[in-house]
Amino acid sequence: MKPNELNFKEQEEREKFNLTAVPDVSAETFPKRVKDDDRWLKRYWWKIACIVLLLYTIIGGFLMPVPALSILHETIRNLYFHVTMWFSMLLIFFVSFIYSIKYLGSSSHEHDIVACEAANVGLLFGTLGLITGSVWARFTWGSFWSNDPKELCAAIAWLVYMAYFVLRNSFTDIDKKARVSAVYNVFAFVIIIPILFVIPRMTDSLHPGNGGNPGFNSYDLDSHLRVVFYPAVAGWILLAVWLLNLRVRMKRIELKKLLHA
Amino acid sequence: MTSSFRQIILLAGKELKLEWRQKYALYGILLYVISTIFVIYIAVHTPESHVWNALFWIVQLFITVNTVARSFLQEGQGRMLYFYSLAGPREFIIAKLIYNVILMCILSIISLILYAVLLGNPVINGLFYAGMVCLGGMSLALIFTMLSAIAARAGQNAALMAIMGFPLVIPVLLLLVNVTKTAFIDVYQPGLGRMILMLTGLDILVIALSLVLFPFLWKS
Repeated sequence: MKPNELNFKEQEEREKFNLTAVPDVSAETFPKRVKDDDRWLKRYWWKIACIVLLLYTIIGGFLMPVPALSILHETIRNLYFHVTMWFSMLLIFFVSFIYSIKYLGSSSHEHDIVACEAANVGLLFGTLGLITGSVWARFTWGSFWSNDPKELCAAIAWLVYMAYFVLRNSFTDIDKKARVSAVYNVFAFVIIIPILFVIPRMTDSLHPGNGGNPGFNSYDLDSHLRVVFYPAVAGWILLAVWLLNLRVRMKRIELKKLLHA
Repeated sequence: MTSSFRQIILLAGKELKLEWRQKYALYGILLYVISTIFVIYIAVHTPESHVWNALFWIVQLFITVNTVARSFLQEGQGRMLYFYSLAGPREFIIAKLIYNVILMCILSIISLILYAVLLGNPVINGLFYAGMVCLGGMSLALIFTMLSAIAARAGQNAALMAIMGFPLVIPVLLLLVNVTKTAFIDVYQPGLGRMILMLTGLDILVIALSLVLFPFLWKS
């Protein structure tokens, strides 16, 4: 996209949200480097790729052949929806962690918005992962909640990020809110993530790849599954990034309005 | 280096002295410990070993929340400003950590003795159990010290500490319950060393995080 076109689009956006009267303070509120960072996010190709990949995941995931395995049977198709949720969630929480660190270094509200919204989107994906997982568990292990270590860890991670939002909402001052919640985010992420990866490997688990169970990779992630699984991972991750991008742009406008009300 | 070391010693000493002079707080916690254990005694008398263990760690958790929460919540805005002009943030948080660890070790041992006297003692390997109780009390104290500093910034909100802290300590308690379970049986447990190593590693991680992150809380 040419620079002129970009400016035109920005102008259009301003008019749409009735921001024309607002003086341009973006240079001081948001450092220039940050704006350059998400230049590629303004392009269209990855959004189209996201839609195509997810359509392929849904259509191919339900219609293409899967290996016939006992117990799992057709529920193995949930692999494209359940496992991919966790991948997206971990990535987005990692983004949140990185932007919290960046906020502590820069004190720029732009970074705080990304950290907060990434936690928000990650929480959405975590909730979806829990729901898809418990439905899968109902039809393979027998009950919606099986007290499996990985289920416990997922629930703990969910609670940690819920606490993050409770903490955020307890402040009225936005600078203080941003700084203290960034500190909590870094603290919680660094403590919880190694534990989440280590505990399921130490105790017995119903999940594949833990406690003596063979992993999916070893025998049943065959070429039929891979053909859909890898595009599905990419598609869901792109959807998460897209959601994050939309939320961040929305919050950016809200913040501008707040600062110049 | 030597001056910051002296600052740490002085600050930690000041906390301990303050605790000793304002004995009402210490007695308050002791009374809390005694009454909690007494209620458990009335409710279950002599429980089976795994129930005994689980209840003990729940008591420990609530003692930590009540004890360590005060460490920052009791400091007023003015006094923080005074410390700010005297010492660096790293020295201050190290002093707080040392003080809380000492306090929790003492309280853990007291509650263990009381607990064993009232509820019976199914522990076979007593010394190991006492050591693990101290290590566990230390881990809990370290995590809750930092959380208390965060909660103090959020307007002295004690409920917030429980909300932030419980999800973080669930995995720690899970590890502790698994480690201490081995004190009830005479059989060799594989993987015990790894769990203890993980707990120690977690403690070191929490200390490092506190050192890095506390200066950001201190600034405001």
